[in-house]
Parts: sequence; structure tokens; C-alpha cells
Amino acid sequence: MARVIFREERCKGCRLCTAVCPRGIIKMSGHINEMGYHPAAVEEPEKCTGCTLCALVCPDIVIEVEREEKAV
Amino acid sequence: MKKVFKRPEILKDVPFHYCPGCTHGVAHRLVAEVIEELGIRDIAIGVAPVGCSVFVMDYFEIDMFQGSHGRAPAVATGIKRVLPDRVVFTYQGDGDLAAIGTGEFVHAATRGEKITVIFINNAIYGMTGGQMAPTTIMGQVTKTTPFGRDRETNGYPIRVCEMLVPLEGAAYLARVAVHTPKAIIQAKKFIKRAFEVQLAGLGFSLVEVLSACPTNWGLSPLEAVKWLEENMVPYYPLGEYKSPAGGAIND
Repeated sequence: MARVIFREERCKGCRLCTAVCPRGIIKMSGHINEMGYHPAAVEEPEKCTGCTLCALVCPDIVIEVEREEKAV
Repeated sequence: MKKVFKRPEILKDVPFHYCPGCTHGVAHRLVAEVIEELGIRDIAIGVAPVGCSVFVMDYFEIDMFQGSHGRAPAVATGIKRVLPDRVVFTYQGDGDLAAIGTGEFVHAATRGEKITVIFINNAIYGMTGGQMAPTTIMGQVTKTTPFGRDRETNGYPIRVCEMLVPLEGAAYLARVAVHTPKAIIQAKKFIKRAFEVQLAGLGFSLVEVLSACPTNWGLSPLEAVKWLEENMVPYYPLGEYKSPAGGAIND
């Protein structure tokens, strides 16, 4: 169980996150944000594994990731 | 659920002024995370350059100073000598460090100043509008090399890490990139080592960060990270060039 939180108003629409998502669930939104960009958003959030790759490459620190701790 | 990725507290909660897809933001975040993890927030002092990252002090919640163009290592030298218990670093681009500031970083390294230099190499002048930089690679088209960089007219690009290896005062030299998740993880590891070398008082440390400039390269951010991988990484190989343990550990 994982959750990614996108701060839409900070996204500049560079799409770097869409290319690294191993599940391919990050897409660009149809609407524009207050800076004038199409922000990235997660489609089918239930498929997210919380791998953090999108957050790692995001140059604008738009993304926060939460994940259930795995039982060791 | 546990937060496994969040903005480092040292970075002010404001948007970066950089262009979409500019990887300065990633480099800022890595430096901030390293400062946070090493617990040196209260003793860290940064020196900003002239260039796109001239406003870096607007983002870091630590003490910062802004040097004249290329002079950040000289300013950092002064700060470190007056306050030797502080962790002093510079954050400089290639136009700042490798052109007008060549004398500064070379001599800071020669003297073995106990400072850390974070050197952002994006192979072009960003703020001034995409002119050729000393680090522009052969054949690269810029505003001032419209037919591509050519050795007869423009000479060869500077490889900063390789150039500093023979200097005895340089204790830690590494080149990293911030264009893929794997490279970013390695980048953070090496930036941390550079700060640790300074904390241990071992001498000068420098980490060169290959960075993307989609706007001035005339590419989309996705094309830019691919261009970096295919063109910059072969000319500027990644890895550690010098570490206090001795020997180069390229990987």
C-alpha cells in the first residue's frame, strides 16, 4: 500500500516522472495549473508501489511518497 | 503510512525559479538532504555563484554568501580560515567555475583548502542565453557555436575532475549525474563523501554534477536527459576520481 502526493501547483510539466514510473501510471493532466503548465498526476493510484523513482527525478520536489512499512 | 520521500526541511517551501526539467532542483535537494543527514545544518555555510543558481540562498535555510563571478572558492577559503569549525561549500556552474573562475578552484585545490565544491556542469551558459562554455562538448551547437564546437576555433572541453587529480591538495574528486534515478542515488552518495572528507579535515573536495539544460540545449526535458546520457556521459565518465583511501574507483 503506497500513496504519492503531487503538489500540482508546483509542477512545471517537464514529464521526467512519467518516463521513470515502472508502472507507467503517471500522466499529464488535461487542465493547466496556476503557473500555466499541464501538471503530472497519477492515474490508477492503487497500482502505485511507492518506489519513489518519480520523486527522485522531480526537479521541483512536487512529489511526496508514503508507504506502509514492510514487515521484516 | 510512513513518509518515505519528502522535501528536506533545509529547503524553503518556495518554488524554484529554474526552467521546466532543469536539474538544478535535483542537485539542490541532494545537497540539502546530505546536510540534513550529516546533522551540520547549524554549521554549514554555502557560497553562491553567478549564473542561474545565483539565487541559491533563496532556497537554503542555512547561512549563505554570494561570491563575485567565479570567486566562490576564494570567498569560501576566507570563511573557512576564519571559521575553521564550519562546513563551507560552494555551489557553482560551469560558466562560473570552469571559465572565469578557473584560477580560483585550481588554486583552492592546490592549497588543499578544506572546502567542498559542488560543480554543476551542463555544458553551456544558462543564464546568459546558451553560449558556448568551456565544458561544451565537441560538435555541440550553442548560440556562439552555431555549426557545432570545433577544435580549430574553439579548442577542447575542460575535464575538471581529471585536471585536478594530480594536485596533492585535492583529497576527494568525483563526477556524478542527475539524469536517472540510479545516477541520482550515486550522486547523493558521492556528495555525502565529499562533505565527510571536509568534516575529517582531509583537504579539498569537489563533486562535478552533470546536469541538463533543456531550454538552452533546445530540447524537451525528456530529450535532454537522453542527450546527457548519450553525449555528455561518454565524454565525462562518472565515478570517483580521487578519494582519501587512495586510487580511483570508477564505476
